[in-house]
Amino acid sequence: MAALRVIQKLARTVPARCLAASRMSSQASTMSAGHPVSEVVMPLTVLSEDEQMMRDSVAKFAKEKIGPFVREMDRNSKMDDSVLQGLFENGLMGVEVEAEYGGTDSTFFSSCLVVEELARVDPAVAVLVDIQNTLIVTSLRLHGTEEQKHKYLPRLATDTVGSFCLSESESGSDAFALKTRADKKGDYWVLNGSKMWISNSEQAGLFLVFANADSSQGYKGISTFLVDRDTPGLTIDKHEDKLGIRASSTCPVHFEDVKIPENHLLGTLGHGYKYAIGLLNEGRIGIAAQMVGLAQGCFDYAVPYTMERKQFGQSIFNFQSMQHQISEIATEIEAARLLVYNAARLREAGHPFIKQAAMAKFYAAEVAAKTTAKSIEWMGGVGFTKDYPVEKFYRDCKIGAIYEGTNNIQLSTIARYLKQEWQQ
Amino acid sequence: MRPSGMRRLFHYVITLGYASAALSAQFCKMANLRVLVGVKRVIDYAVKIRVKPDNSGVVTDGVKHSMNPFCEIAMEEAVRLKEKKIAKEIIAVSCGPTQAQETIRTALAMGADRGIHVEVSGKEYENMTPLHVSKILAKLAQDQEASLVILGKQSIDGDNNQTGQMTAALLDWPQATFASEVTKENDHLKVIREIDGGLETVKVTLPAVITADLRLNEPRYATLPNIMKAKKKKIAKHKAADFGVDLSPTLEVLSVEDPPVRQAGQKVETTEELVTKLKDSGVI
Repeated sequence: MAALRVIQKLARTVPARCLAASRMSSQASTMSAGHPVSEVVMPLTVLSEDEQMMRDSVAKFAKEKIGPFVREMDRNSKMDDSVLQGLFENGLMGVEVEAEYGGTDSTFFSSCLVVEELARVDPAVAVLVDIQNTLIVTSLRLHGTEEQKHKYLPRLATDTVGSFCLSESESGSDAFALKTRADKKGDYWVLNGSKMWISNSEQAGLFLVFANADSSQGYKGISTFLVDRDTPGLTIDKHEDKLGIRASSTCPVHFEDVKIPENHLLGTLGHGYKYAIGLLNEGRIGIAAQMVGLAQGCFDYAVPYTMERKQFGQSIFNFQSMQHQISEIATEIEAARLLVYNAARLREAGHPFIKQAAMAKFYAAEVAAKTTAKSIEWMGGVGFTKDYPVEKFYRDCKIGAIYEGTNNIQLSTIARYLKQEWQQ
Repeated sequence: MRPSGMRRLFHYVITLGYASAALSAQFCKMANLRVLVGVKRVIDYAVKIRVKPDNSGVVTDGVKHSMNPFCEIAMEEAVRLKEKKIAKEIIAVSCGPTQAQETIRTALAMGADRGIHVEVSGKEYENMTPLHVSKILAKLAQDQEASLVILGKQSIDGDNNQTGQMTAALLDWPQATFASEVTKENDHLKVIREIDGGLETVKVTLPAVITADLRLNEPRYATLPNIMKAKKKKIAKHKAADFGVDLSPTLEVLSVEDPPVRQAGQKVETTEELVTKLKDSGVI
């Protein structure tokens, strides 16, 4: 049974595009100029048939079912219920969850594609889906017992939103300085503390909480706990009034003598810090995908405008300086996308990927910031008004350099790997 | 129980047995419908069409394609019939090049049970007309023992609005075109058609051909789990010759041109000025 599961997992992670590659390889090897190739590796931006179908399906859904609500959700700082329901109904909340648990039964790369397509329309919706898939679902799939998986994975795939509770008011980048305590009392754990900046918390039914079960061990006491929303003692405070991604709820979450049964410990006691690092290393590829989608969505709005807008007798796109700026941004978005896709493929294929993931997240956040700033400039006065969507993308992108590891943390991570590479 | 009571009970049981058998036979006949749905791969509706420089057609290379919107509506109707247990099996069929399989896969993800791809490519595909397709669909409907063929009313590239009608004629089946509502009543279908004057209600016996109009339904999205499940469904491959259909062109396209560029209008202040301008331009 376990062996079958392993085989199934392997079968799913082998990119289906390799099969597509073998279909095309006979053509490709005769088309290539002179050098026959024994195996054809597909370009990063060429997707397998399923991936393409999923992307098209999500793009259509996002445009028709999320698009009309974006401005209102941003204005009211509230996610629309029909949007949330649509995400579940279309299988976007459990992309990697196996079919036996009611999920989509697809790959990590597919979840990145989903996040990217959603971010083109609304980055706030994209981050909700990203957290659900890359942090909550992944932690259960990697560290959950069969019982926990059976209990939570079907719910996460069909109707329950999850929240990742790590940060506190005194511990952001220094995540392991967290102070939330978990005390063992007989068959129960009792959690006490306060978490800050928790995304999805207004909608969440399940909270993944990092708390220290043994502070004498320092960060090696940090453990992961599953807390249901209706557990007494858990309160969710009013959401923050944010600059961007306003439709994504971000609230303080308080734990006052929250009692949870001992089988709500996720994984091994004291390994929480390892889990958090591992999850965030992957999760930031999803955030990078969100930033790429954001940049593309903004760009796709601004550029056609420049072709329609006429000044001095011609469309402003014709001016060389405009063309140069636009081309440079187009190149950077493509580069960011390649970093994201490659990091995702590396991770899927079981290769080392942490340096590339950090690069992807850092670069994509920077590109999103540049793209949105330039897009407003290209659109001139109208870009500066709320009647047009670019100002929202401009506000939304700022968080990309901050959450799931600030850009400075990413750069330090990359430096660490570079140091390792050069210190042979 | 007394003997006569037993006999009466026996009688009731037998009658009940016959009744339920009759009902289930009716039910089986109801749920026995095999539906053939035609799905065409066309240039996506949102794409800006460009005419080829040699006026031989429109540019299709590298252009985004998707399922014809009316075919999506046809497919959705078939899936709804299956959900209501009126249809038993849905077969999605497409005539076209290799990429037509993507369209069939979308149909499978929407709920079709299996697909049939009739491979037509290159020059043959460029010259393929509704008559060719109708002949293929008619033969398929007979081979597959379908009781219902649902097509989109027209495709957004050809805009011919002929395939459904021709298929019905070749099969000698009744047709209900421009359907905006389809209801099953006993052994026939009640179809409300959108016509120029309003709505027309017709009754068609089965087997029949229906073509879908815009307001028939709102097609579902192919959910991601269904896209993954569709991978396991089969697509059978054929050639037009398998159905005894000759794809020799029956029409020759002489030229494809852009519609005339819209001229700027003029504003006038009075009716007299309007009449003068119309007379001057020779319109009246």
